[in-house]
Amino acid sequence: MASKWWCAAALAVALPCVRAQGVESDKLREEVRRLQERVQAVEKARAAGESAFNPAISLILQGTAAHSSQDPDAYQITGFAPSGGEVGPAPRSLSLGESELIVSANIDPYFRGQLVAALTPENEVEVEEAFFQTLMLGRGFTLKGGRFLSGIGYQNEIHQHAWDFQDAPLAYKAFLGGRFNDDGLQLRWLAPTDLFLEFGAEAGRGRAFPSAERSANGAGAWSVFAHAGGDIGASTAWRAGLSYLYAEPENRAFADVDSLGNPVTQSFSGRSKLWIADFVLKWAPAGNAAVTNLKLQGEYFRRDESGTLDYDDRAQSTPQFGTPFSGTFASRQSGWYLQAVYQFMPRWRVGLRFDQLDYGSVSNGIVAGGAGPAAADFPLLGTPHDPSRASAMVDWSASEFSRIRLQVAEDDSRAGVTDRQVLVQYVFSLGAHGAHKF
Amino acid sequence: MRMLIGLLCLACAPAWAALEVFACTPEWGALARELGGDKANVYTATTALQNPHRIEARPSLIARARRADLVVCTGAELEIGWLPLVLAQSGNAKIQRGQPGFFEAASAARLIEVPAGVDRAMGDVHASGNPHLHLDPHNVARVAKALAQRMAGADAQNASYYVERELAFQARWREATARWERAAAPLKNVPIVVHHKDLSYLLAWLGMREAGVLEPKPGLPPSTAHLAALVAQLQQAPARMVVHSAYSDPRPADWLAQQAKLPSVLLPFTVGGTERATDLFALYDDTISRLLAAMR
Repeated sequence: MASKWWCAAALAVALPCVRAQGVESDKLREEVRRLQERVQAVEKARAAGESAFNPAISLILQGTAAHSSQDPDAYQITGFAPSGGEVGPAPRSLSLGESELIVSANIDPYFRGQLVAALTPENEVEVEEAFFQTLMLGRGFTLKGGRFLSGIGYQNEIHQHAWDFQDAPLAYKAFLGGRFNDDGLQLRWLAPTDLFLEFGAEAGRGRAFPSAERSANGAGAWSVFAHAGGDIGASTAWRAGLSYLYAEPENRAFADVDSLGNPVTQSFSGRSKLWIADFVLKWAPAGNAAVTNLKLQGEYFRRDESGTLDYDDRAQSTPQFGTPFSGTFASRQSGWYLQAVYQFMPRWRVGLRFDQLDYGSVSNGIVAGGAGPAAADFPLLGTPHDPSRASAMVDWSASEFSRIRLQVAEDDSRAGVTDRQVLVQYVFSLGAHGAHKF
Repeated sequence: MRMLIGLLCLACAPAWAALEVFACTPEWGALARELGGDKANVYTATTALQNPHRIEARPSLIARARRADLVVCTGAELEIGWLPLVLAQSGNAKIQRGQPGFFEAASAARLIEVPAGVDRAMGDVHASGNPHLHLDPHNVARVAKALAQRMAGADAQNASYYVERELAFQARWREATARWERAAAPLKNVPIVVHHKDLSYLLAWLGMREAGVLEPKPGLPPSTAHLAALVAQLQQAPARMVVHSAYSDPRPADWLAQQAKLPSVLLPFTVGGTERATDLFALYDDTISRLLAAMR
């Protein structure tokens, strides 16, 4: 405005001034017009209707190239009841891993929802997680419902693509079938303290190991857990937890062979109690993990089971016994793992993991009865074997969104044989930037 | 009934308690302290030596978010890798996205380098624009205005206190901005090499030129091939200095500076990044004096 007046006043004095000013303001006007067009284009794009509310979608692509000295299809953890999960080592040769599709968004101001679907290399879709979670309960409470990774243990809640090794620790394979994701409800409460103190309880239908799919009203599996955590200086963060999972499996069946090598069916009904103690410690200089950092993690599992064991070989054409047997069964078994992963320079990490399971004490009423199958007819449950495994890995991440890993392992899961495994794995994530759990 | 009233009274936050502020980064923690004075209790989730984009949802952060009345973050996807988890696990209804207790500086600031389209092949770009917006003092002034209103809303009893402190801050800030702009006049059009595109607002404000970036793409660590190409490029079009922020690895910047015979300059980037950068004013004082020192 001021310049306009000035120009008007100067009009009488000097015409060239107006001309110069005119050229300048034409340029400015043109600039403003162009900017306005851009803003309008941006606003139009923003207000593009329904797609503006699309949830965050990310997709994980995984695959392996594996070599193993023993057949992965014949994998078992001798001395431990099969958990029914996909716990075997990676298939030999080149193989696609599970592709995970993750869709999440706030549902409204009160709820958030998330779906994690795994497209398996066998061309099936598995729902790993599909849950809602409250946002507005307040006072430290959060309620989750649907199917979700249980809050027990440490690694259980971490999605497979974020694991530091290609496969799960042996204790997870033996006691939880790889991971525990029941259909149910979870309530968490976070204490209003500077120290992180969290308590949670879950009730579920008990659709999978250590429970078994059944048709019954009421919950089939219960769990409670407590987590504590905090910082030690600026460089170190930690979390420790204690969890308890209770299940009442009915006819939890699995296949074994008898002393003649013929297939038989065994099933367990009773009570299963699992305790897990876990800790994780992360260190980075001044808390800046960009160049070097260290992650130390370990968990201890202990399981007590008691109930009845059924033994049935009638499915064979020439059965050894031809009549079902039933007897009391009790076991107390444990296991642990410890792993360390160190990033020694940007992009590069190395890791070591050691797994150990303890056969513990197993009492088998059928064998003790002496009327039918003997210890040799229970090669899986009756062989006192302490499985162990040592793994090492090195991985390279081109960016936050890609990772290529070389992993070797010496696996003594099976009694009497050592499986030497070498594999290369890739993990790529596309789409929305996911947030990873501590 | 009496119990219900008792429970309701528990719900009305204790009036004597200070406003609990959870700041994602040191600059917003410092601003909340400027505006909140002794009425606000400010917790800062990250330090100047940490990359705000690469923080984990640590238990300690979740525990602090649980008690916060107001979360003050940058937004523009800077904290996307950890803040959503902290909020989801906090069990705190006040600070969820969309609530008055959730504040993002980017909502009040003017963002630059807004990409027309995004693709991960471009590196770690942000759809809403460059999120390192606090090194333009005009942005800080805009954010201060919006934040003071938010604090006044969250703590209505002390509303006038925050508004008054904001006015006083704005006056001091305007004066300081003019002082910095005068002092930084020799920096106009000076070409510099940066480590990450975290100084773009500073460069735009002072009229400096970006002659190169150590990262081949935003968020990717500098590679030897890219550094070698930069050396060649600097022979053609020389720069005056190589600059990196306190939280980034100094080695690539030092190496390039040595190769190209340029001064290597460490900038605090945010409050606490250097010994002198103790608050927002000192952050700008120190940043400009370090740049000027490298010109001599």
